[in-house]
Amino acid sequence: MATRLKEVDAVMVGMGWTGAIMAREFTKVGLNVVGLERGQDHIPGNDFMLPNLRDELRYAARLELMQDNSLDTITFRNAPDEFGLPIRRFGAFLPGEGVGGSGNHWGGLHWRFLPTDFRIRSVLTERYGASAIPDDMTIADWPVSYDELEPHYDRFDKLCGVSGKAGNLRGQVIEGGNVFEGPRSDEYPNKPLKSSAGGLLMSDAAKRLGYHPFPIPVSNSSAPYTNPEGVTLGGCQYCGFCNRTACEANAKASSVTTLMPVLRADPRFELRTRAFVSRLVYDKAGRRVTGVVYTDLRNGEEYEQPAGIVVLSAYVFGNTQFLLLAGIGEPYDRATGKGVVGKNYAYQFEAGAVAFFEDRELNSYMGAPGQLVCIDDFNGENFDHGGLGFFGGGYFAGGSGGSAPIYGRATPHGTPRWGSEWKQATVKWYNHFVRFNTQGSVYANRDNYLDLDPTYRDALGRPLIRLTYNATDNDHKMSRYLLEKLEGIIRAMNPTSYEMHPRPKNFSIVPYQSTHNTGGTMMGSDPKSSVVNRYLQTWDAHNLFIQGASVFPQQHGYNPTGTVGALCYWSAQAIINKYLKSPGPLVQA
Amino acid sequence: MTTKLPEVDVVVVGVGWTGSILARELTKAGLRVVGLERGPRRTPGEDFTVPSIRDDLKYAVRQELFQDTQMETMSLRHARSETALPVRRLGAFLPGTGLGGAGAHWNGVTWRLLPTDHKLRTHLSERYGAQAIPDDMTITDYPVSYDELEPYYDRFEKLCGVSGKAGNLRGKIIDGGNVFEGPRQAEYPNPPLEQSVAGATFETAVKSLGYHPFPAPSSNASRVYTNPEGLTMGACIYCGHCERFGCESNAKASPGVSILPALLSDDKFELRCNAYVKDLVHDKTARKVKSVRYVDTRSGEDYEQPASLVILGAYVFTNNLLLLYSGIGEPYDPVTGKGSVGKNYCYQVGAAGVTVFFEDKEVNPFMASGAHGIMIDDFNGDNFDHGGLGFFGGAWIQAGPTNGRPILSRPVPAGTPRWGRDWKRATAKWYNHAFNIGGSCCNYAHRENYLDLDPTYRDALGRPLIRMTYNFKENDYRVAEYVTAVLGRIGRAMNPTLINTPAYRRGNFSAIPYQSTHNTGGTILGTDPKESVVNRYLQAWDADNLFIVGASVFPQNQSYNPTGTVGALAYWAADAITKQYMKSPGPLVHA
Amino acid sequence: MADDNIPRRTFLVGAGAAGSAAVTGVTASPVVAAADSAPAPVATAQPDAWLTLNPTEAAFVMAVVDTLIPADELTPSGSACGVATFIDRQLAGAYGSGARLYRDGPFLKGKPEHGYQLALTPRDYFRAGIAATNDWVRKRHGKDFDRLGEAEREAALKEMEQGKAEFPGFSSKEFFEALLTITMEGFFSDPIYGGNRDMASWKMVGYPGLPASYRDDVKTYFNKKYDKPPQSIADFV
Repeated sequence: MATRLKEVDAVMVGMGWTGAIMAREFTKVGLNVVGLERGQDHIPGNDFMLPNLRDELRYAARLELMQDNSLDTITFRNAPDEFGLPIRRFGAFLPGEGVGGSGNHWGGLHWRFLPTDFRIRSVLTERYGASAIPDDMTIADWPVSYDELEPHYDRFDKLCGVSGKAGNLRGQVIEGGNVFEGPRSDEYPNKPLKSSAGGLLMSDAAKRLGYHPFPIPVSNSSAPYTNPEGVTLGGCQYCGFCNRTACEANAKASSVTTLMPVLRADPRFELRTRAFVSRLVYDKAGRRVTGVVYTDLRNGEEYEQPAGIVVLSAYVFGNTQFLLLAGIGEPYDRATGKGVVGKNYAYQFEAGAVAFFEDRELNSYMGAPGQLVCIDDFNGENFDHGGLGFFGGGYFAGGSGGSAPIYGRATPHGTPRWGSEWKQATVKWYNHFVRFNTQGSVYANRDNYLDLDPTYRDALGRPLIRLTYNATDNDHKMSRYLLEKLEGIIRAMNPTSYEMHPRPKNFSIVPYQSTHNTGGTMMGSDPKSSVVNRYLQTWDAHNLFIQGASVFPQQHGYNPTGTVGALCYWSAQAIINKYLKSPGPLVQA
Repeated sequence: MTTKLPEVDVVVVGVGWTGSILARELTKAGLRVVGLERGPRRTPGEDFTVPSIRDDLKYAVRQELFQDTQMETMSLRHARSETALPVRRLGAFLPGTGLGGAGAHWNGVTWRLLPTDHKLRTHLSERYGAQAIPDDMTITDYPVSYDELEPYYDRFEKLCGVSGKAGNLRGKIIDGGNVFEGPRQAEYPNPPLEQSVAGATFETAVKSLGYHPFPAPSSNASRVYTNPEGLTMGACIYCGHCERFGCESNAKASPGVSILPALLSDDKFELRCNAYVKDLVHDKTARKVKSVRYVDTRSGEDYEQPASLVILGAYVFTNNLLLLYSGIGEPYDPVTGKGSVGKNYCYQVGAAGVTVFFEDKEVNPFMASGAHGIMIDDFNGDNFDHGGLGFFGGAWIQAGPTNGRPILSRPVPAGTPRWGRDWKRATAKWYNHAFNIGGSCCNYAHRENYLDLDPTYRDALGRPLIRMTYNFKENDYRVAEYVTAVLGRIGRAMNPTLINTPAYRRGNFSAIPYQSTHNTGGTILGTDPKESVVNRYLQAWDADNLFIVGASVFPQNQSYNPTGTVGALAYWAADAITKQYMKSPGPLVHA
Repeated sequence: MADDNIPRRTFLVGAGAAGSAAVTGVTASPVVAAADSAPAPVATAQPDAWLTLNPTEAAFVMAVVDTLIPADELTPSGSACGVATFIDRQLAGAYGSGARLYRDGPFLKGKPEHGYQLALTPRDYFRAGIAATNDWVRKRHGKDFDRLGEAEREAALKEMEQGKAEFPGFSSKEFFEALLTITMEGFFSDPIYGGNRDMASWKMVGYPGLPASYRDDVKTYFNKKYDKPPQSIADFV
């Protein structure tokens, strides 16, 4: 029997980026907030410290900061007619766990979506005709515009101390920034990081080809920075250990560095770690979630935490799973196309390349993701898709560095993977390569979705979430096009040799690709075709707000975190300014 | 997709003691045998070698050789009214896995049952009246007598090179042996192990009390010995690493030492390790098991292995599980008392051990062997009059070192703190000057103690776990109380410097502290298909080509360690198969 | 004590690391402190590099093993015997990750006879236990466990042992049992795991270790003290 606790104003399910932002906004207006986190606490000054943080085996190979598959995982299949098997060890994507969530171990790449991305179906229809959009491409307009979201993008940029260079300041296009971006109300809070040698090579080549290179926007502050919360971030050390690891210099923004120090000191906030939420308590008739039930993993006791507002701030898979388990919203039925929960799961379609430069010392061991240089000429609707046979695109990024030796070695194609020849090639090339990536969009498809697995269960006995996903023809065509364009840039860099890495036909969960899973609880303007309204409020329970990339209708050619943070501030503002005054649906269906 | 393999004559499920014995006897009779073992292939020469085998943390504490509970465990509740919870880490008992099974890591105590144990219900009824046996005590006779089994006890003892001293040689009582034992046709193959300080002290004390001490019957060879399989065992070196370890000197009998070298060199035998048996395919109409389905855990592939004859030689729990998964036999229902699969699950009951401390004796507990001590059998079975005692059964009683491995074995006087300076002083002072006196009590079957499938928890293959509904009962408490009092009497007769005599505390069975790996029952022997799972030849009533071998066939658990009887029954069943069943396949006993 | 606010991690991570942190300009989370100002009750042995324990946890574990196994004429302290290193390595390895631990749910409240029934791996159980202990100690003393004097540490552990220490939502007694068990494992196991340095505990009780071949000794040393020095697995490779 679950012990019923005293009701609080709001409960957060998951204490990563969105849980912390929302909790902070709520406590500021006087609400009492409980933050539930199934993983451990992370205190940077204790858990993310030298020398141990520089342990590539522990963090990058053994995945110290990630969700523990032995308690809870995901099943996967490429197509609806296949049998889903559990992901027994994470590979393609790496959901985080513990306070800070995936925000502890992200690379920090911090983007906004394009204004056209927010109304993608309308834009494509306007430009190419409605019939140009394939039937199975279930993309949708966002129910919020870039302009509406802009102030919240700006707020999140400032929270994180993003380093970058504006390319469009209040409508004025600025060379050297991303000239394709939507107008921003303010310059980035910090100057760009120092570009890597490899990035500069790409920058030169791209300019010569008439493209528009700029330093990638990144949440590693280039200098010590005090954010609007009064928390000071350190300056990036170019250590090369962002991805999969946390930041000991407090330079990479995460909720544990930017917000938790304030929240921890706030008496209105209570953090409960090792609180594994098993389900939401749903009052269907009242269209409310009355609370959440969780198991305290430290003693095995089950608790029910009633709350006035429930915020689902878990990862994409958890958010969707909670709704399916609670029967909130109609599960997506791929056969009929009806239902919404689990619909429009999308991912990131990344393909890359590597180029070798015999005569350049590229300092592979140094670096940060923010040392990449990128171009946005082939993203979204920044280029004409007429006659191309696909929609979507992505940014290109290139640079050197950040290559610790377990995973960060590159040798030219044809080099054996072991033995003397391999050793010689590894020594020869370790310090002499540049990596490239194309961050491709994934436009939703009716065959890509999430549902509950009929066979496998997690340690609490709940059905696992099942991922049915494969790359579509559209995405493959898009990616091949991007690689062609990238190859032109690489050739212009005049490398000793290079190779392009197109994605294999089928999506595989084994090699790492990106932790940019999106969708499943998508936002929209109509309860029949979406799970949450423009304020991230669920149509079926007015006090339940879902945060995170699970609300994306599709995935665009950018890393999701910038938009996740902006949406969270946007949602928080709506709750505070509207919902608290008059609890009920914020959008009438 | 399950790949169907070509039929073989025999498939043996589990390659421990019984699987090895049956496979050996059946290949000798000309049959082609496949052995399926869920665990890894281990051989003494490769895996049980010095120095690594002396790693107490790895073997004794981190449980290297035992069933991996991450893959499969059992759930426990004390009564039907409770919800069973899984045993998340092994404690009370330690089932083995891998080639050789629990036979690789046993202590080697090798007993025969008393002749009266074989006809327990009849004997007690005759001596005390049928009404003296409580209604809920569901003990039965073995459908095979001591005299019938004697040649097979003898065979197993010779296979193992048991060290000991006979107390009854063809009816002649011999002082210094166990004068209570049934008549044996031959002396033990090897003389007893060397005397220990604990054993010698115990021997003097029990003699002064008028009891009948004898050296523990031990499958740790006291000298170099070549068994009837032509395999040579080394002599015991008293290393103190028997239980939970493999034996590096090949002195402790085990399948890997005593039989597998012969079996594995026989072309008719094929060993498949990492073959995790999922279920048996039962043809209910034909009353046959057609095949065994298993998953090769190295590849994840499923296989179906058809066979004319199937031997279940797994551990007690798995033997029960495979019947329950496969729908063979009727599951036991404790409410109606009907059904037999899972019935009469028993264990071993421990008396509260007595620890004695001697300032002036150097015990050297680390020079030890798993079955290394002096025992008495005066208070076992019905060797003493139970008239007016209010219980049946008893215990063998022993003192002698099994190990001095200090992670787990560090006696200190009662009242000593468990840490800090005083603890250190006491530990340093007494480590070499103390030993235990222990009593291993019988566990007579009870209507409410049984095995079935857990409704909630599953193993890694998605199958229900076995559920133990088990607790100690009134008879058990009374036996243990009685035996504890005897232990105290013996301890005081030793005149020690100090003595820890905890009073026996009636408590629930606990899954945590190690007690013994003497789980029995669930697929019991009997004369009536309604009351039992296998007939006197260990042949399943519901599938005449299925033989179930191991302690799962015990109708109840006597005080004695089970392996001697398990081995004897294995040879007995093998004889019935080769001499009767092979000539005329079909039921060997007509119900 | 003014010292109580100085992070303990600096003296554990070494000067190189502190220097590197110093150039970050971090002010939100001070990581620089003079190594010599750290209290020294537990730093009697230079530990190996920690594999999994964070600085707070490492300090806690060292303080616990030094209290459970105090330095005296019989042996050096628990940490000097490598027991803290042993615990760190065990928790970082297979045991700590939940090897041989059935971790399928539901996770229900068992009776004592059911043993461990939580979903946490040993690594995470110790993480939670250390946090709970320090929270409890801080409430009474205003500082973490490792900053207590020996008498206070002993008193705290006794309260946990007797189940009198009230940790909110967590069993202090069970955690004490886990601490005691792994400490004794580390003190008495073969030195190859990092504990029982120099076979200190084996010498203390007179356990000879390897090779444990007593075929003749069992007669020679009948009721006689064994006088050969102990050997470890490492002495045979």
